[in-house]
Amino acid sequence: MSIPATVPLKPAPWKDPSARPYVQLERLTKKFGDFTAVDDISLKIYQGEIFCLLGASGCGKTTLLRMLGGFETPTSGKILIDGEDMAGVPPYQRPVNMMFQSYAIFPHMNVEQNVAFGLKQDGVSKAQIKERVATMLDLVKMGDFARRKPHQLSGGQRQRVALARSLVKRPKLLLLDEPLGALDKKLREHTQFELISLQEKLGVTFVVVTHDQEEAMTLASRIGVMNHGEIVQTGTPSEIYEFPSTKFVADFIGSVNMFEGKLVEDEPNYVRIQSDELGSTIFVNHGISSPPQAVVWAAIRPEKIFMSIARPEGTDNIVQGAVQDIAYLGDLSIFLVKLPTGKVVRVTRPNTSRHSEEITWDQQVYLNWDSTSPVVVTR
Amino acid sequence: MAKRSLLKRLGISGGTFVVAVPYIWLLLFFAVPFIIVLKISFSDIDLAIPPYKPLIESAGNHLIAIKLNFNNYFFLFTDSLYFSAFLNSIKVAFISTVLCLLVGYPMAYGIARSAPATRNILLLLVVLPFWTSLLLRVYAWIGLLKANGVINNVLQWMGLIDEPLPMLYTQFAMYIGIVYSYLPFMILPLYSNLEKMNWQLLEAAQDLGCRPWQSFYKITLPLSRNGILAGSMLVFIPAVGEFVIPALLGGPNALMIGRILWDEFFSNRAWPVASAVAILLLIVLVPFMMWYQSVQARESAGDGR
Ligand SMILES: Nc1ncnc2c1ncn2[C@@H]1O[C@H](COP(=O)(O)OP(=O)(O)OP(=O)(O)O)[C@@H](O)[C@H]1O
Ligand SMILES: [Mg+2]
Repeated sequence: MSIPATVPLKPAPWKDPSARPYVQLERLTKKFGDFTAVDDISLKIYQGEIFCLLGASGCGKTTLLRMLGGFETPTSGKILIDGEDMAGVPPYQRPVNMMFQSYAIFPHMNVEQNVAFGLKQDGVSKAQIKERVATMLDLVKMGDFARRKPHQLSGGQRQRVALARSLVKRPKLLLLDEPLGALDKKLREHTQFELISLQEKLGVTFVVVTHDQEEAMTLASRIGVMNHGEIVQTGTPSEIYEFPSTKFVADFIGSVNMFEGKLVEDEPNYVRIQSDELGSTIFVNHGISSPPQAVVWAAIRPEKIFMSIARPEGTDNIVQGAVQDIAYLGDLSIFLVKLPTGKVVRVTRPNTSRHSEEITWDQQVYLNWDSTSPVVVTR
Repeated sequence: MAKRSLLKRLGISGGTFVVAVPYIWLLLFFAVPFIIVLKISFSDIDLAIPPYKPLIESAGNHLIAIKLNFNNYFFLFTDSLYFSAFLNSIKVAFISTVLCLLVGYPMAYGIARSAPATRNILLLLVVLPFWTSLLLRVYAWIGLLKANGVINNVLQWMGLIDEPLPMLYTQFAMYIGIVYSYLPFMILPLYSNLEKMNWQLLEAAQDLGCRPWQSFYKITLPLSRNGILAGSMLVFIPAVGEFVIPALLGGPNALMIGRILWDEFFSNRAWPVASAVAILLLIVLVPFMMWYQSVQARESAGDGR
């Protein structure tokens, strides 16, 4: 998982209280009947961001995007784009283009005509249209299919046409609903980097919906994790990954080992958690704000757990278990280690050398982790 | 011992059978009458029952003579009455089709976009008139349109007019009758086309800068072309030969080919001429049907919406 190479020289706009957001949602809610699809979302998105909405199927991502595009009327709350209240502004007057999850490609037009549609609508000159359409089709690698009708295309090709059609107008704000879902890994990575470079070249603000967390990690300047219509956490990819604020986020982004426990020592600079699941205590070298004896969860990423046959030094954060299963994934291997309590812990280990220490099935191993590694969440 | 069905023993598979039934039906009730009409159109008129001479005669010596008589067709071209009746029929059918389209399209669109529950009620209302006979419904229009009919009475009572408007037995009444009667044939194919429409395409068009009417013109209209064609053909083809409505509602000079056919057949007992008119009418309409068929075939081959 890589993080965009652009390191902002200025402080990130979301950390700068004087920065003006390009998109601002204020207590936005959408109800279908008595079902709440989007629940009281407040959010600021800044010029030039690639903001990824990440969440499970049905959590309201598309609904949120459709409200930004002007296709759904909010039940309550406000949408401001570039400081302007969007209430009552129809889609064709918003500085926004949307790529639909279902692509919505015009079946009676060929690829070229589909992509040119929006430009024609804006009265761009013929020569310009031709050039911009050709460039865009090359970018999504559809140049050879310009004359094809949509029904002659594969699913991934259609998706690329839809993407090209929304990008070609270079709007101030681009809403992409699962833009790369149907593409193979290689093409997806290629297109991801094209999107990032497009963003850098044109300064477009993106809101990208995805339920692929790896994609969110690659693309996003910030990620908003959604659950049941709410945004549960926003932050940069590394913040979300390293400091998830809830059990849900920790679980949703990447894989994680979650240990339920009770706070037994709660000091300003460290805490100790007694976990029956783990059969041991967890020592964390930073304080948390939670009442003593409260039930908390310690989340530890599989790559942050070390595994050894010999007992490591120290007293804290060490447990013993038996290797139950091994999956070889090429660059790394996943080990499932069963603790005496019955809990199965997931550990990953990079296959850097042809291991000095060969670990096999049913072997007794020690697991340990740094006291900085666990993230303690209270809900 | 396995019993084989009769069909199997005759070497007819189930598939052939299914296809064969409608073909036999068409053969019996379409091809045979057509051949009879064609035959009569080549015969000489005769004062007999039936009022034409046989086409095939024995010429003695076990020979038979087939006398094809093209006079009936030539006759149609010598008298300009037939030509202008043809032209007028096509004109009336064309205008009626356009009117049906103008009225039917918004209705079909409205039904297709309404909630599924209301949709069925609205469709039912469209086909409801079929439950009574066409003749009755046309008579009802007479009651509405005549000089002391409902419409005139209401207008006079409201003081909008002093004299009753002459509406019955005019072109106006005839068009009302035709449009009214054929409207369901326009609405139903249009509806079944629009009902399959992906409305998100309109959102996409609006997103790309189209106002609602532009997205209608650029997306909905071209995509419903098939429905428009189907509906138009279903109205146009029977309207060309329409007889009852012009006769009952139209003026005495509403010269329609259907009327001519009726007159030749029943009043003049000129069966051969009437048959020639019928055959010519068919020849005029066949290109329309073939064109429609080819468009349908082409569209269903592509455009997997
Ligand atoms: N028009 C509608 N009427 C009623 N319920 C709706 C409507 N549109 C969406 N919903 C409901 O709102 C919820 C959120 O839907 P939405 O399409 O926003 O999900 P999503 O996050 O985009 O999911 P996915 O990842 O599967 O695309 C779903 O439970 C859905 O059933
Ligand atoms: Mg969605």
